[in-house]
Order: sequence, then C-alpha cells, then structure tokens
Amino acid sequence: MTFEGIMQILSVIAIIFAIGIPLGGYMYRVYTGRRSWLEPVFVPTERFFYRLVGVNPAAQMDWRAYLKPILLVSFVVMMFAYAMWRLMGHLPLNPDGNKSMPPELAFNTAASFITTTNWQNYGGETGMTYLGQLAAIVVQFVAPALGMVAAVAFLRGLANDRSSNVGNFWVDFIKTFTRILIPICLVSAIVLVGLGVPDTFLGAAKVHTLQGAVQTISRGPVAAQVPIMQLGNNGGGWFNANLSHPLADPTALTDVIELVLMGVGPTAFLVMFGHFIRSRKWTAIFYVFIGGMLVAGTMVIYASESAGNPILHHVLGVTGPNMEGKEVRFGIPLSSLFVAVTAGTDTGAVNAMHDSLTPLGGLVPMANMMLMVVLGGEGVGLLSIIMFLIITVFLSGLMVGRTPEIFGKKIESREIKLAVLAMLSSPVTLLIPTAIAVMTKTGVSSMENPGLHGFSEVLYAFTSMTFNNGSAFGGLGGNTPFFNLVGGVVMLLGRYISMIAMLAIAGSLAMKPRIPVSAGTLKTDTFTFGWIWVAVVVIVGALTFFPALAIGPIAEQIQMVSGHLSQ
Amino acid sequence: MIQTMSKEIVNRALMDSFIKLNPRVMVKNPVMFVVEVGAAITLLLTVDPGLFGGQYGPHQWAFNLAVCIILLLTVLFGNFSEAIAEGRGKAQAESLRKTKTDLMAHRRKPDGTYELVPATALRKGDTVRVTAGEVIPSDGEVVSGIGSVDESAITGESAPVIRGAGGDFSSVTGGTKLLSDELLVRVTVDPGESFLDKMIGLVEGASRQKTPNELALSVLLAGLTLIFLIVVDTLEPMAHYVRGSIDVATLIALLVCLIPTTIGALLSAIGIAGMDRVIRFNIIAKSGKAVEAAGDVNTLILDKTGTITIGNRLATEFSPVGSHTERELMEVAVLSSLFDETPEGRSVVELAGEKGVRMAREAYMDSENVEFSADTRMSGLDLANGTKVRKGAVDAIKNYVLQRGGSIPSDLDAKTERIAREGGTPLAVVRGDEVYGVIYLKDIVKPGMRERFAELRKMGIKTVMCTGDNPLTAATIAREAGVDDFIAEAKPEDKMRLIQEEQAQGKLVAMSGDGTNDAPALAQADVGLAMNTGTTAAKEAGNMVDLDSDPTKLIEVVAIGKQLLITRGAITTFSIANDVAKYFAIIPAMFVQAIPSLKVLNIMHLTSPHSAILSALIFNAIIIPLLIPLAMRGVRYRPISATSMLVRNIFLYGIGGIIVPFAGIKVIDLVLAALGSAHI
Repeated sequence: MTFEGIMQILSVIAIIFAIGIPLGGYMYRVYTGRRSWLEPVFVPTERFFYRLVGVNPAAQMDWRAYLKPILLVSFVVMMFAYAMWRLMGHLPLNPDGNKSMPPELAFNTAASFITTTNWQNYGGETGMTYLGQLAAIVVQFVAPALGMVAAVAFLRGLANDRSSNVGNFWVDFIKTFTRILIPICLVSAIVLVGLGVPDTFLGAAKVHTLQGAVQTISRGPVAAQVPIMQLGNNGGGWFNANLSHPLADPTALTDVIELVLMGVGPTAFLVMFGHFIRSRKWTAIFYVFIGGMLVAGTMVIYASESAGNPILHHVLGVTGPNMEGKEVRFGIPLSSLFVAVTAGTDTGAVNAMHDSLTPLGGLVPMANMMLMVVLGGEGVGLLSIIMFLIITVFLSGLMVGRTPEIFGKKIESREIKLAVLAMLSSPVTLLIPTAIAVMTKTGVSSMENPGLHGFSEVLYAFTSMTFNNGSAFGGLGGNTPFFNLVGGVVMLLGRYISMIAMLAIAGSLAMKPRIPVSAGTLKTDTFTFGWIWVAVVVIVGALTFFPALAIGPIAEQIQMVSGHLSQ
Repeated sequence: MIQTMSKEIVNRALMDSFIKLNPRVMVKNPVMFVVEVGAAITLLLTVDPGLFGGQYGPHQWAFNLAVCIILLLTVLFGNFSEAIAEGRGKAQAESLRKTKTDLMAHRRKPDGTYELVPATALRKGDTVRVTAGEVIPSDGEVVSGIGSVDESAITGESAPVIRGAGGDFSSVTGGTKLLSDELLVRVTVDPGESFLDKMIGLVEGASRQKTPNELALSVLLAGLTLIFLIVVDTLEPMAHYVRGSIDVATLIALLVCLIPTTIGALLSAIGIAGMDRVIRFNIIAKSGKAVEAAGDVNTLILDKTGTITIGNRLATEFSPVGSHTERELMEVAVLSSLFDETPEGRSVVELAGEKGVRMAREAYMDSENVEFSADTRMSGLDLANGTKVRKGAVDAIKNYVLQRGGSIPSDLDAKTERIAREGGTPLAVVRGDEVYGVIYLKDIVKPGMRERFAELRKMGIKTVMCTGDNPLTAATIAREAGVDDFIAEAKPEDKMRLIQEEQAQGKLVAMSGDGTNDAPALAQADVGLAMNTGTTAAKEAGNMVDLDSDPTKLIEVVAIGKQLLITRGAITTFSIANDVAKYFAIIPAMFVQAIPSLKVLNIMHLTSPHSAILSALIFNAIIIPLLIPLAMRGVRYRPISATSMLVRNIFLYGIGGIIVPFAGIKVIDLVLAALGSAHI
C-alpha cells in the first residue's frame, strides 16, 4: 500500500459522493414535478410517450396500482429480450455471423438483464449479434429505471400523511429516461468516444500484426453501451472481458469515469431521500457510514492484494503484489476500488478478474453484496438501506420504550412481516442453491477449481445472482442447464421479492398518520443511530453468511497465510 | 397483596413447566417449539446414533444425550419463566374467586317483595337490596340509600368509602362489603362480565392477548428462526463438499444456539410480568394493548383539582382593608372559621395560629355555626351577643354589607383583584357590617409535581391541565406546576375537542376522569384511566381503572408501558448479540476434521469440539433462568432523552451481549474439562 494509492482511492470515492449531491437534488426536482430549463424539450417528448402508452399523467396510484405496471413492463421486456436472443442469429445486424441462444441460456440472460444482474453465461463477442447487443442495451435502460421508480414510490409513501397515493408509475418511468438516464448517458458516451472507446456498426476489425499474423478485433457500439451499463448498475459488458478489455476501458481516466458513473446513482438516491424526508442531516450521516463501509472494504482489498500471496513467495520466490488478473494500466488501487464499488453497487462490471483476487480480497466483494447496503443498486440499494433501517428502528425503538417509528410513521407487525420477508429472501435464494450445487454432480462438474476455492466460486455466483450483481469468479462454468435455470429463478426472486415487499411497506406506511417529533422520538439522523444501524447490518449479515464464508474465503485465507496449499 | 414469590408459586410453576411441554401449546411459540423438536430428535439419536445414516464413534450416544438434556432444560427454563410470571396472578385470582363463591342476593320481585337467590342468578336490570354487613352481590348502581362500603377485597385499601344514590359516587362493585345502612342496587352486568370476573381473568392471564408490538416482535423472531434454519440446513451439504461431515446433534445444537431462544423463552413472561406490575400498582388494565399504548403517549391531559393541586385551596395570606390591621382581620377570620370543618376553614385557623392568633372553641360554645351554602356563598358564626361574623365570596359579602347598611372600603376591590390576578381565590371577611379584609386562598400544587412534569417533558410527553378556573387563575397554577399547556373554564366538550385535535396530529392522548360527563373523552382517549370511585359509565369508557382513584398514577402507567417495551428490546438485542460468540465456539468445532486451519477461529481456546458445542449450548440454556428476574422486574427505566437511553441500553445489552457469552462459554468449558466430561 502506498500513500499515493490510498489517495487515489479516497479521491475517486470523494468524487462519487460529491456528484451525488447535485444529482440527488436534481432527481428530487424531477420526481416532484419541478420545472427545469430544458422543459421545452422534455415536455413534448414526455407528452408524446404518455399518449403512446395511453396514460393520464395526472392520475394517481396506490402501491398496488404502481406495482402492476412495474411487473407488467418487466415481464413484457423480458419476453422481448428472450425472443430477440432466441432469434437474433436470423435477424439483421449480424456482421460476424453469431448464433442465436439456446432456450435456457436465453432465459437466464433475459432474467439476468431485467433484474440488472447482467450475469453473462455467454461471451459478448461471439454469443451476441449487434441486434442482440442493442436489445440488451434497451433492457439495460428499462431494468434500472424500474428499480429507481420503485424507490421513488417508496419515498412518496414515507412522505405521505394518510394518503395512499404514491405517484404515477408512467410519469416517473418516462421522466427517468427523458430527464435522467438518457441525458447522462448521452454526454458520457460522447466523452468516452473522445477517450478512445469505439462506437461503430462495422464488424470486427481484421488487423495485420507486426509479426505478420492476422488478428480479429471485435468492436461495435461499445461507447453507447458502457454508460448505461455503469449508470444503471447493470454491469453487462460488450466484451467477455467486460471493462478489463482495453476497448471498453482504455485508460485510467476512462476507468475513473466508469467508476463514478457506477457510484453516482446510489449516492444520488441517498441525497434524494434526505430531500424527501426534509433531513439533510440524515443524508450526511448515512453518507459518512456508507462511505466509511466502502472505504474500509476497499482498503482491505488494497492491503490484501498489495501483500500478495506468501505461498508464491516461499515456493516460487515471486514477491510483490498480486497482479494476477489485473490490468497494469489501472494498478492495484484502482482495481481494488473497482472491485469494492462494483460489488457494493450491485453493478457487476469488472476491470479485474475477481477469481484471481486473494481470498480476503475476494471476501470483500462477497461481503459488500451480502450486506446489501454498501450503496446498493440505484433505487433498490436505497430500499435495502431502508429495510435495515426498519429493523434497526424496531429494535432500538423498543429499547427506548416507544412503539418504533420511522420518520414519524409507526412500525407495526405488518411492516415487520414484510421487512422480514425481504430480509429472508436472500438466505433462501443464496444458501439453498449453493447447497444444492455443491451436493449434486451437475453442480460440482461446473467447478474448474477443486476444494475450498471451488466452493467460493459457487458461493460467489449465487451471491452475485441473489443480489443482482452479475460479477463472477470466472472459474465457474455457468453455461449449464442447472446454472442457467436455477440462476435465472434466483435472480428474479432476488430482485422482485424484496421490491414487492418494500412497495407493500410503502403502501402501508403511506396510510399512516405522521407522528410529530418530540423529545421521546428516537432520532435516526444521529451518529449514535448510524452506528447501531451499521451494527445491525453487519451482525445480521454475518450471522446469516458467516458459516458459508468460513468454509470458503475465510478458510482459504487462513490456509494461504499459514502457507498451506488448498486441498 | 400477595407475597412476591412464595414456595407454593414456585412449586406450581415447576409443575406447569412440564405441563407446558405439550407440543400443541409449544407450537404457539415457534422459537421454543424448534428447540423442543430438536430435543425430540436428539432423544431418538441417543437411542440410535446412526438413525439418519453416518458412522459414529462408540460414545456418540452420550454426546447426543447431553445435547438432548440441555435442549429439554432450555425448553423447561422457558416454560418455567412463563409459569412463574403467571403464578402470582393465579394466586391472586384464587383469593378473588373466594370472595365470589356462595354469594347470595336479595332480589326484588315485581310485586315489591324480596327473594333470596344465588348471586349468579342475577341479570342486568335486576334490583337487589343490600343491608349492612352483607357483601354486595354484583356490580351495580345505587338506586337509593347511602352507606359506607369496604372495598378492600378489590383495592386492598381498608378505609371504607361512601356510596350513595345519584351523582358520581353511585357505583358499587360486586364482592365489596356494605358496612352501614342499607342500599338498593340496580345490577348493571350479567354473570361472568362483572368487574371481579374481568379482574380474575386478567390476573390469571387467561384473557391475555398478544399486544401489537409483541406480535411484531414475534414475527421478527420467527423470521430470524427461519433464516437460521436455512443457514444450518444448508451447512451440512456445504461441509460435505469439503469432505467434512457434521452429525445431526451438532447441527441441532448450532441451530438452537443461533435462534433467539433467550427472548423467545422470556417473551411471554415479560408481557405477563408487565401486566402484573400494573395490577400490583392497583390499576386494572382492560388489555395489554392499553398498557403498551401508555408507553407511546404524547399528550397527557390532567384535571387540575385533585391531580395537580391537592384539591383544596388553603389560606396563605391575610390582607386587611380600610383602617384594620392584619391582627384584627385574623381575629375575625378565625372567629368566622372556628367551627368550619372544611379544609379551607381549617387552613384559616392554622395560618392565623402560626401567626399567633389562637382562639378556643370552648369560649364560643353558645354561638351558632352557619355553614356554607350555594345560595349565600358565605359561612360564619352568629355570636351569642347577636354579632354576625361571615366570610365568603367577595361579591356576596359586598351585597351582604350593603344590605345591612354598611359601606365598602375603597381598597377592597384593588386587593381582591390582585389576589385573583395571582391565581388565588379571595374570601372577604366581615363582622357586623364592617369589612375587615380579604383572606388569600391559594391552590396548592402537590409536592413533587413540578419534577414529575419536568420528567415527562424529558420523555417527550406534553402535559395539558384542564380546569374550570378562569384563565388568569389557570395560568398561574399552570406556571407553578410547570405544565406545558392548560385549558381554562373547561367544559367536558373542550376536553373531547382537545383529544381529537391532538389525535388528528397523530398523537396518542392519555387522560384520567371519574364523572359520567368524562366518559366520552375517556373512550376517545388512547389511554383512559377511570377512577374506581367514579361512575360506572366512566369505568366502562376507560381502558384502565385505578382502584386507588389516584389520577397522578397516569404518569406511572406511562413508565410501566415504556419499561415493558424496553425489557423486550433489551433481551432481544442481548439474545441476538450472543450469537457472535457462539459462532466462534461452534464453527471451528464443526470443521475440526475437514478444515483444520479454521481452528484459529477458536479464539476462546475451548478444550475439545464436543466441549465447545456443549458449553455454547449450556450457556444458551442457563442464561434463561438467569434473566428471569430481569424479565419479571423489567429493565430499569429512567426518564432521559431517547438517544441517551438508546446509547445506555445498547451499551449494556448489545455490547454486553457480545462480550458476556465469550466469558460464560469459556467458564463452562473449563468446568466441563475439570469434570472430565469434555471428551464425551
């Protein structure tokens, strides 16, 4: 670890959190219907889409009415993507002559993209046509937008006083595109093109190397795809190597831009939350604690990767940091940060190979996913943060002798029931499939590494799918009927159970009267509460996943440090 | 009333702990039910360790038996805590039931004669005659007569109270004893619904329903149990993959250690003990929900008279008018109050006495006492020599003087006004047709009230005083008592309106009351504490009845409600925090063969894998009886701000909950090793 490296990490994190402040303020104005100077452009466009969908933008919805179109759009778009990928081999825009996907793979990929997981059991260069990639980009816009509006609906419910109305889905959904996602992606794409990321419909380039050989270099509208893959916390890349590919992430500067794009959505949601509940202090406190968790995790990776592998040192005499699977143009600090942020924000884009991380370095991204609140995906991350807030408020509310309340709304058994349901969904979709995978032949046969690391690979895979991340320990061969089908279901359950439960909580909170603050009210915007919240998150996460982590990365790390080779 | 924990109660609780093992009862508590199922499975595994396959050493049965016994004890400890909490109520219910049995009643027949029937035959609307020495057979309203009643059977208060027809003191309770005179009582309840019946049901815990908050906590605990069930179930295949094998008893041990058994075992005891605390406080809460709601109260509405002030105005100053001196005024004032038995009258005599003016009643035995009446609004003494001495309301005295041809001193109005402005009540004193001055009567705020209200403010509770006084007087008392707000010249509708306004803002409101005209407001309030001396209507409208009829007890009820929640929260936090240490004990023990390197996690250096597992399990079991006293007594509640209370309790039960089991498990392990049983 060097001072320079630490400063690199801290300054990029500072940029992510700083940009979140104006962006969150802007998003608050968008979702509360304030005007902006681009109104003459936005209004007619939005009106056109309202007419197209046939909705009355003034209509109000309760949580059920709001949830229905979320599920409907998810289903329709997933079916659209499935059909495209099943048929793309026969459709135009296929200069490289790639094939359509078989059914299980198309299902897995469709489930993966609609949930913003972007777990890819295919390689982009050979497994997709240009049309297929374009369909993927469409889904990459729709999927995060659905998560964002769900969070917005929740915030409205929280801010309500005895009113069931949580807004109009179609208005929120369309504005998310016109006013947030498309403008940011447009600008970012142009910047990336300027920095060397290709954007073309010409097929792969054939290049004669200096040695006289012919090399085929895949390309395509990459710059159009990278911004939304990052901003929407999707993570599904054009290339199989994702963002470690030099055409997707050519320089350290593009790497920082892509890192920032990944982090600003979730930080903006924290800021927007503060606006909705009229407590900037809340945002400030949670900025500190969530930022602190992110920094802490990053530093653990950085330290572990810098220290390298002692076994290599003793046996082969190789010293220095663990550079396996990392790009020299990014170095250890930016790679470590990318690992932490991509895991924390549930993006899943990678600029280094996670399978090659030291065990401790690989434990952190798993932990960042399992804790669910180290930023989390855009919108849905905030919902997880609030879910833990509800549990924390409940426990600490009891400890101060008042029926617990969150921002003036009483937490009663219905809310706890739903929050527990949301909390319960992850151990179910993570641990049970992992157990099935390691006890069945079909699961074990996909592992390319034996022993503890093979287990870590499977654990990482289902962690990634459950929390809709999409990154992977690449040693696992995921393109089998078992992983395609089980994984697809895991990703869908991982996203929708908690989203539905949280929207239901929003519906029930919305109808409750707001209790005025008094001296007996437990304040949630204090450092004390922040600490307790972190403790609850960490303890619940640790109690649920410690045994599995102990068999995987923890045991691996202990073995590595003590100089044993894995069994 | 009943001794805290007699031998009898403990014996019965021990018996009940076994009776409660019935799975049909246990299933209502999912956490402890899981433990019971675990005990059953390990019992089977004791008989046949290979029941679910696998190869085990020759002593596996002994380990399985040890696990089975500890699990059984865990369940029994939980049952015992509940039984002991119920025990006190049961004993109390029995003594109440004794009051009820064999009661007979003289019921009036349509023709006006009376027949002797068992009390159980009485129906709503019947009229019964009760004579001195008899026990009143049922709850009712006195239709005619007046008499003194011994209510000690219900309230424990031995001083008799007066009950009579009409007004706010007309309700009588079945089971109480008429000491004098004769009453005609109209029965107001059917059998089984009487106050006594309700009280028996309540103290027995028979009618106990889970409160909303308890329900929410149960859901959370069940959810955690389910999560740990998944964690432990999936652990075996995972271990199997790394060529480890974990025997079923160990898995069950891990599961039981992780699920929140401590709070699961004590949850219902905490609830019962909380209600019991209310009862011991001589308050009958009609539901646990009401007690819990009390902890959430935002606004407390209190009547001034009898609650905030001692109820009687006392003389605090003599203010002479005209050319009279204070001493002259005092002499006349004492004379006017010499035979006056009202607290006001006595306070005049006392105050003058302190200032050196004393008179003997004996010297005036031939004079005639004139009592206060609503018409004249004055009282006094007619001396034997014909001189009339009076004290009374200033305007009444003015008229009296003018009628008798006297004149009003010029400074009377000014002095009267000053007293009124300061919130006092002026009483003019006159001898013959000459006004001597004004007595300053003052409402006295009960000692300690100011501090109580300050405490309430710290708890975030707003206090509102209701009084029929004029705004000036009300403001003074409000300032003196330190309440946050007041309503002067309050009519019953005003109280109602205030409650509705506060509730519209989402606040919870508590109030106390006794009169029939308080009933609607008592019903509207979230916590309505009715006085036992009050009317039946008021008692029915409120959700709590205070047997001592002390309205200030509302404040204690709030504290009990809070304490109930805090105790639940503290033990839950403790229970979950305990899991950290248990993981460090059990996980390395589980993988001792498959992944030996995990032994670095055995930071407690426990003797052997089996000893580690048993120590964690034993700790898990014995923490339950150790915490029974805390569950029964409740976590100490102090009125401090929410955040500082949270810090304090997190420190004690959260951080303490992480540290204590490390020490506890290590100690148990050392004991097991010393006993040589660490290697079973």
